[in-house]
Amino acid sequence: MMRRKIRTLATGLFLAMVLLISGCSSEQYIVLDPKGPIGESQKDLIIISTLLCAVIIVPVLILTAIIVWRYRDRPGRKAAYAPEWEHSTKLEVTWWAIPIVIIVTLAIITGIYTYKLEPSKPLASEKEPITIQVTSMDWKWLFKYPGENIATVNYVKFPEDTPIRFQLTSDTAMNSFWIPQLGGQLYSMSGMAMTLYLQADEQGSYYGSGANFNGMDFAQMTFDADAVSQEEYDAWVQEVKSSSPALTMEGYEALAKPGRSDVQLFSSFPEGLFEHIVTQYVEEGSSGAHSHHGAQAESDEEEADEEAHHDHSEASADTQATDASEANHDHAGHAGH
Amino acid sequence: MWDKIKDFSSEFFVTGDPLILGAQVSIGLTLVAIVFTLTYFKKWRWLWTEWLTSVDHKKIGIMYIIASILMLFRGGVDALLMRVQLAAPELEFLHADHYNAIFTTHGVIMILFMAMPLMFGLFNIVVPLQIGARDVAFPFLNSLSFWMFFFGAMLFNVSFIIGGSPDAGWLAYPPLSELSGSPGVGQDFYIWGIQISGIGSLATGINFVVTILKMRAPGMKLMQMPMFSWSVLSSCVTIMFAFPILTVTLFLLFLDRYLGAHFFTLDGGGNPMMYINLIWMWGHPEVYIVILPAFGIFSEIVATFSKKKLFGYKSMVFALMSISFFSFFTWAHHFFTMGSGANVNAFFAITTMIIAIPTGVKVFNWLFTMYRGKLSFPTPMLWTIAFIPCFVVGGMTGVLLSVAPADFQFHNSYFLIAHFHQVLIGGVVFGYFAGLYYWWPKMFGFRLHEGLGKWAFWFWNIGFYVCFMPQYALGLMGMTRRFNEYDFDMGWQPLNVVSTVGAFLMGLAFIFQVWQIAHSIKFFKKETSGDAWDGRTLEWSIPSPAPMYNFARLPQVTSQDDWWEKKQRRLRGEAELPEVAAAEQAPLEPIHMPRNSGIPFIMSFSWFVAGFGFVWDWKWMIVVGLAGVIISMLARSFSYNTDYYIPVDEVERTEAAARGAH
Repeated sequence: MMRRKIRTLATGLFLAMVLLISGCSSEQYIVLDPKGPIGESQKDLIIISTLLCAVIIVPVLILTAIIVWRYRDRPGRKAAYAPEWEHSTKLEVTWWAIPIVIIVTLAIITGIYTYKLEPSKPLASEKEPITIQVTSMDWKWLFKYPGENIATVNYVKFPEDTPIRFQLTSDTAMNSFWIPQLGGQLYSMSGMAMTLYLQADEQGSYYGSGANFNGMDFAQMTFDADAVSQEEYDAWVQEVKSSSPALTMEGYEALAKPGRSDVQLFSSFPEGLFEHIVTQYVEEGSSGAHSHHGAQAESDEEEADEEAHHDHSEASADTQATDASEANHDHAGHAGH
Repeated sequence: MWDKIKDFSSEFFVTGDPLILGAQVSIGLTLVAIVFTLTYFKKWRWLWTEWLTSVDHKKIGIMYIIASILMLFRGGVDALLMRVQLAAPELEFLHADHYNAIFTTHGVIMILFMAMPLMFGLFNIVVPLQIGARDVAFPFLNSLSFWMFFFGAMLFNVSFIIGGSPDAGWLAYPPLSELSGSPGVGQDFYIWGIQISGIGSLATGINFVVTILKMRAPGMKLMQMPMFSWSVLSSCVTIMFAFPILTVTLFLLFLDRYLGAHFFTLDGGGNPMMYINLIWMWGHPEVYIVILPAFGIFSEIVATFSKKKLFGYKSMVFALMSISFFSFFTWAHHFFTMGSGANVNAFFAITTMIIAIPTGVKVFNWLFTMYRGKLSFPTPMLWTIAFIPCFVVGGMTGVLLSVAPADFQFHNSYFLIAHFHQVLIGGVVFGYFAGLYYWWPKMFGFRLHEGLGKWAFWFWNIGFYVCFMPQYALGLMGMTRRFNEYDFDMGWQPLNVVSTVGAFLMGLAFIFQVWQIAHSIKFFKKETSGDAWDGRTLEWSIPSPAPMYNFARLPQVTSQDDWWEKKQRRLRGEAELPEVAAAEQAPLEPIHMPRNSGIPFIMSFSWFVAGFGFVWDWKWMIVVGLAGVIISMLARSFSYNTDYYIPVDEVERTEAAARGAH
């Protein structure tokens, strides 16, 4: 209860500061108006770190003003003048110590939050997460729902209060998948599947964008992310299934050609399309994937192997994806060792 | 035949845009005007012998500064065009391809062709004078560095009218910058322009490290060296370790594009993420390379205009060196969102925060240099005072960005844009302007008009805050960098309009500066004392502008702030210290000087030709260019007449003339 109050107070103070600077209404500050647990924690962190920095910045600014004013050269001034005074161990130790204390505090907080908010970490919830496979293309977003077997372009819809496991990849150049009100962004990169867990705590239509420049019509890669009730979501899935065309392999290849796109809905998509996109650049029988570095490449290899051996061909796309993301998570944990 | 020529020229020249056509015409007219003026006044020989072939560090410094101011103009125009485009939603002023090219060239030009040469210009002019040397350690190499930079920059700039500008962002992430993403020649101009000038930068780094370590005046211990020279040392050491990474990275990208290698491609086992790591291993140290000398400039100015010794000299040195060390361990904070895992992100978040500690200490030390000082506020000091709050706030937002999980919300947004412009303008640009105003009388022997300088100062400062404070807010509204248009209903327009107004205020400030310089040249006010600001370090002990050989007799240094101490002894009427007196009364000797050489100009021009050939894949041109490079190297290897002595009577005449002017 107390924490809640402090949080509200701090948010209020922070918003007041921002508003004072800009004079605009607070709803527009979507980063500071989160609607999900990840965005909420990130906002807390932004506020904590701002206040912590302000502890040192504000006195320094005041001190600067005072010193400049007090020691300006003018006839008959009373302030002391000590041209040879150039060292004081006590003072210097003090201002090595102050920033060290602040930075150590901030570093500890950052460390804790870094592990807490690791994007591939599943969200605690009683509900099963929904997997949505996201592909950034030139210049549109393709969303696939392996559980529901539907696909959309430049539009994504999901139920509220349910963890969403976004799996991100890119068909060509890297982009960054960002729905500010749900939480921070993560790169979508070709040849790998990144995992980003987000959740919307309330219904609404949220702004989403591609945050990393990927060429000509980059600015057209915005989309709406709608969080709706479970019933509404189920009805929508049924409607898409019954009234929209299917996405065929040819359809996908046409979509992959550079260009912008309006919102599109598809009643189905080719099986294993996401895995195909992730592994499209790995040459048949080559050890190409082994030359990748970093945490994610390993999981791609597994996916590539799965593709190659067809051992898991009966397993649903969803299970495959789970394997991949778990491997992903494990390796991410080891990356820094 | 005619059709062939038409086809070729429509590919060769950038056509179809009235803005670019206007630029092409005005560039053509300017060139004609320059050629005409030089011919009419018979100045070609003067230009060649006095400037283009000069190995004098002072003249090279001036050429660097002129080039950087031209580039500031070009980069500034790019910025204003972008701000106009963003002033209204869904504006059709610049199309996406044009906008993408402009933000790419704006970034490259401002960092590599504006900040770097302005910095090298100040290194060249100040460091030898400040450490009591007659030139840099390798004067020929110094000239070569300048011309490599110059022709590299020209090669990059020419893409604007010939072939088309690069448009894959200022760091050209692959696969966008690979042939698959950028089939045009713009990206090749990018690679070769930066590559050629980058070699010049590396050579300058080496040159100044050697100069500072080996050529200090007798008696000057490292821990008595002026703080600007210390900052140059830390910056140049950083250059020596960082620039080879850039050269190799761009070379690998070149191999990908030119020979079909697969270092960073999507297919064939390439890894674009490797490029992103490599480029930031250079890119992050690079921002410290440009900010460290600004710290040095502020340290000099704060002490001079507080009439007080710099506070915490040892702390300052330690802070500089630790910043340049830690700058190599923070690169991954540019892509926390790559998903490298919590361990990696935590490591790089903390190393980034650590840099805030020495930086914070420096701010305290500047403040306590002013504390109990006697402050006066001519333009160099105004820029310094404006720097402190601006940089403190910019530094704070930097710390906010370093908090990895929060960066997931800041990354690629206007919050980031506002942050790095605040530290780069508020830190680097303010710093170099302060240095330019401070050392101007030393460079040219006359003072700049203070009143116009103050107008420029206020317009820059107010313009800066009006332009960039709203961008922090826009970032929190979810506005992403590199958008060329946005929807009306995002509510981003009001703040974008404010920001655009601020940018034009800075443009106005630039006009005031040009006016200030023109006015001061017209109403030439000779600076006769050689010590324009009652300075503390050796450069103020000689006439302005410094004679060709700088010091008739090398000074004997006994303390930090040596010139100030000497003036204090004179004021107190004390006898000069015996070793100093002995050095001052020693008979003049002939002075050993390097001879001018046209080889650096010719060799760099040959690189330009070769680079142009590589861009268009014209084999004959590559061969001609590289042959020029090799012949220049051979010519240098076999030239033995590279130095001479200035006879004593000439030194006496020059000194008498300089003293007569007092």
